Amino acid sequence: MAPRVSLFVTCVVDQLFPKVGIAMADVLERAGCIVDFPEGQTCCGQPAFNSGYRDEARGMALHFLDVFRDCEYIVSPSGSCTAMASHHYAELFHKDPARMDEVRRMASKVWEFSRFLTDVVGVEDVGARFEHRVTYHDSCHALRELGIKTPPRKLLARVDGLTLAEHDATEECCGFGGTFSVKFPTVSGGMVRTKIDSIARSGADTVVSIDSSCLMQIQGALSRAGLPIRTMHLAEVLASR
Amino acid sequence: MPIEQPAKIDQTLQDANLQLAIYSATGRLMAKRKDAISPDVCPDYQDLRTQANLVKKHTIENLDYYLEIVEKAVAARGGKVVYCRDATEVADFVLKLAKERDARLLVKSKSMTTEEIDLNERLEHHHLEAVETDLGEYILQLAHHKPYHIVAPALHLTRYDVADIFAEHLSAERETIPEKQTLMARVALREKFLAADIGITGANFVVADSGAVVVVENEGNARLTSSAPPIHIAIAGIEKLIPRAQDLAVFLRLLARSATGQPMTVYTSFLSGPRRGGETDGPDEFYLVLLDNGRSKLLADKGKRESLYCIRCGACLNHCPVYRKIGGHSYPWVYSGPIGAILSPQFMGVTHDPWLPFASTLCGACAEVCPVKIEIPRILLELRGEVVAAKTREKSNRWERLAFRLYAWAARHPSVWSAMGLAASAVAPDVPAMLNRGPIADWLSQRDLPPLPPKTFRQLWREREGTGVR
Repeated sequence: MAPRVSLFVTCVVDQLFPKVGIAMADVLERAGCIVDFPEGQTCCGQPAFNSGYRDEARGMALHFLDVFRDCEYIVSPSGSCTAMASHHYAELFHKDPARMDEVRRMASKVWEFSRFLTDVVGVEDVGARFEHRVTYHDSCHALRELGIKTPPRKLLARVDGLTLAEHDATEECCGFGGTFSVKFPTVSGGMVRTKIDSIARSGADTVVSIDSSCLMQIQGALSRAGLPIRTMHLAEVLASR
Repeated sequence: MPIEQPAKIDQTLQDANLQLAIYSATGRLMAKRKDAISPDVCPDYQDLRTQANLVKKHTIENLDYYLEIVEKAVAARGGKVVYCRDATEVADFVLKLAKERDARLLVKSKSMTTEEIDLNERLEHHHLEAVETDLGEYILQLAHHKPYHIVAPALHLTRYDVADIFAEHLSAERETIPEKQTLMARVALREKFLAADIGITGANFVVADSGAVVVVENEGNARLTSSAPPIHIAIAGIEKLIPRAQDLAVFLRLLARSATGQPMTVYTSFLSGPRRGGETDGPDEFYLVLLDNGRSKLLADKGKRESLYCIRCGACLNHCPVYRKIGGHSYPWVYSGPIGAILSPQFMGVTHDPWLPFASTLCGACAEVCPVKIEIPRILLELRGEVVAAKTREKSNRWERLAFRLYAWAARHPSVWSAMGLAASAVAPDVPAMLNRGPIADWLSQRDLPPLPPKTFRQLWREREGTGVR
């Protein structure tokens, strides 16, 4: 039976990188999934949670639970937003045992896009073609909260024409950190410049990641530095033919 | 809006030499640690972390029991445990003892606990001479600097800086070769060791069942400090206890690997009690000062008490992308980096430096390398909640609170949410004109914004479904 996938596109993709969401839907459908988009979805609440506004975040989490309650699989183009729903909701409801059951059930259904492809659909070759030298940025929450290191690399390895050139600081944070980049703009700027120095040394012409917010930060610094390197979400690479 | 933060942060960011010094020194420590924990040399590394976490958890949760045990064990070996509530009580104890024994000169080995309570300054105020004997700490003492890093206190200084400091304070030729600098310090310090009346060390571990203080080091100065003078005072936070000597098999393997990437430090000293009959070395008197200084307050907090598991290896500093940019002196207390960001607010109160728990991208590198598995990002998040609650009580964050309330309200009303999204993308072409103000201007001080798309995902999805394109 084809997996029924509900897209959880995230605010950043909805507003700033809508094509990433469409690319993700295309790839999932090509891989044999039935895809829908629950229109009631808004924000997972991570910005409020990370800023210390737990009551507000709890309200948003309840909304998320409502919207996605009856879904079979919830798939997101973001390690960070996935981790919010699958790992941090538990911290918001630990005093509410009745709700915790629901949170745990939901957590088991939320998947980051690349891992969903490799681990649930069981596909590595999605029939993509992309003739570029690519370096992969490990986004922190995907890497350290979800343990996602190999799925995106397995998928990239099977893209026709693609050369993967790792950069030495692949596991170093890009410095975005949501509101961190607004509260500490200069520190965040220093961090991303270290990141793009490493990216430039790899000789890649494209930086790929599974989190659009990191890519926005990295793209912003590449553009400011005048480096001819572009950023693309993994879904966009996998949708290329 | 940028949060109010110390000017030291931007000063550090703008100092290119310092940036290079921090990044390369921490990078070397990261690389050495990585080699030291690799599966071929330390196959049970993750098991050791789990075990260390469990031993610390057990000890911290039964600290009252182990404190009684250690007190008896130290007494049985002819030493004495002295409990001190705070910095003043430690200074009073040392001053009283010095007066009774007519002591003037003290030598010290490296100890973050004594840095925490400004012991040197307090002793000097009463005309005692307290000399740091760890090379890095000695340099800092001459230059009147605070430690830059838990393990590598003079990480911010180059050998040229050290040459200047030695030339000024040791009235010597300007010497830039590190080996020769070390020799200069050694000559100066050897006299102090031989003349010292009291030696003060810290403690990496205090073994409850034997009453032994364990000190690890690479220079041999702690061993001299504890054995040459007639009196040895070891000063340790109460959280330094571990139940049994065999637990060291876990901690000694983790500490040096995490800190400097060594399998073991050069010296590991087990110091228990004064010299006994028939022994040739060791002090005549031994005191173990067990310091609270706010630790029992942390102990009462179930959600965050694991902050007390820290063994001061400094790995979280080396791996923290924020520490690597802002350096050790941007932090408000002697404990810097991620561990400092969770300890300082708990010891000093969250309103003391409300920016601190927010100075993290929550990248999780600290928790990944912590040898005792302290969940630093989780604790930072809890502290952020406490800062917001405290600011709300003071009514100093009205606008931020209002903004988050509105945003959370909109997120629970999908029609409002998507209308806001549509409105934002409708004005997208005019956005560049709006960018010169507020938080976006700060953001743009460092990087460019992506070109804003004219349609949201929601719109594209409806079009895609409508045309039936697959």
